[in-house]
Amino acid sequence: MQWQSFSEFIAMGGRGFFVWGSYGVSFLLIAAELWLLHQRRKQSLQRLCQLQQIEKD
Amino acid sequence: MNIFRFSSPQTFYPLAGKLVPVFATLAALCCAAGLYIGFFVAPVDAVQGEVYRVIYIHVAAAWMSMFIYLVMAFWSAIGLGLGTRLSFYVTQALAPTGALFCFIALWSGALWGRPTWGAYWVWDARLTSQLLLLFLYFGFIALTRSIEDPRRADKAGAIVALVGAVNVPIIYFSVKWWSTLHQGASVGAGSSASVAASIKLGMLVMAFAAWFYSLAVTFARTRSIILERERHTDWAAAEIARLGSRNNREDR
Repeated sequence: MQWQSFSEFIAMGGRGFFVWGSYGVSFLLIAAELWLLHQRRKQSLQRLCQLQQIEKD
Repeated sequence: MNIFRFSSPQTFYPLAGKLVPVFATLAALCCAAGLYIGFFVAPVDAVQGEVYRVIYIHVAAAWMSMFIYLVMAFWSAIGLGLGTRLSFYVTQALAPTGALFCFIALWSGALWGRPTWGAYWVWDARLTSQLLLLFLYFGFIALTRSIEDPRRADKAGAIVALVGAVNVPIIYFSVKWWSTLHQGASVGAGSSASVAASIKLGMLVMAFAAWFYSLAVTFARTRSIILERERHTDWAAAEIARLGSRNNREDR
């Protein structure tokens, strides 16, 4: 184990901002992509159902 | 088994549906293992100190951003050559994830560069060619979405993907061809750095996490594109009707 305490882990040898700034933004963007993908699937399906309904009538 | 069977959207759609949760689970497991190795097993870097731990996201994202573009170019060539619709769908499904990884590589690189080089950004060969890759992704996405006729959009996008692929080897070898601020390769052929085995392992496991994530997300996105583009075929119309009636039941 590298770290003596949790605060030492967060500090990253005084470079915490750069390390956690990298990982934080990366995982935020990944979460955003997953959410957008879910939205896309939902909206596209709604639109396709509507189109199908219109074409049937 | 004939693998060409899966080049038909109708057979690929259910297969992708089954594979998405498998790849997503593998991605989560690899990510957890990779971060554990990177933060708790791997030693501190003798020169750079703890900030080097950005490497686990940075390298995986940078590799993935280049690899996805090459895969897009490959499927574009297949699509243009053989006229397989699914190739174009997959190419378009890959682009947003490639752009995401490209941005992550640039972002984490900037945050790594500031404490190690003293600058968030420098216009050197590696960084500039990677930025060009991001613009190629944006260009591909903008172009394919702005052309109304989907078949023309497929072809135009495929040409951008093929032409832009020239940039990928330029990025990869830029640290050798030009004198740049960016450090040389940590692993692979021609790497001069001596890297601890646990650091290499962490990078490798994170690279696998990026692979599985990309597969899961791309397959899920391809499924949406398939339904949109194939909606006039009997099977897709039936699938849309089935999913629509299921959603209606859930709403009530």
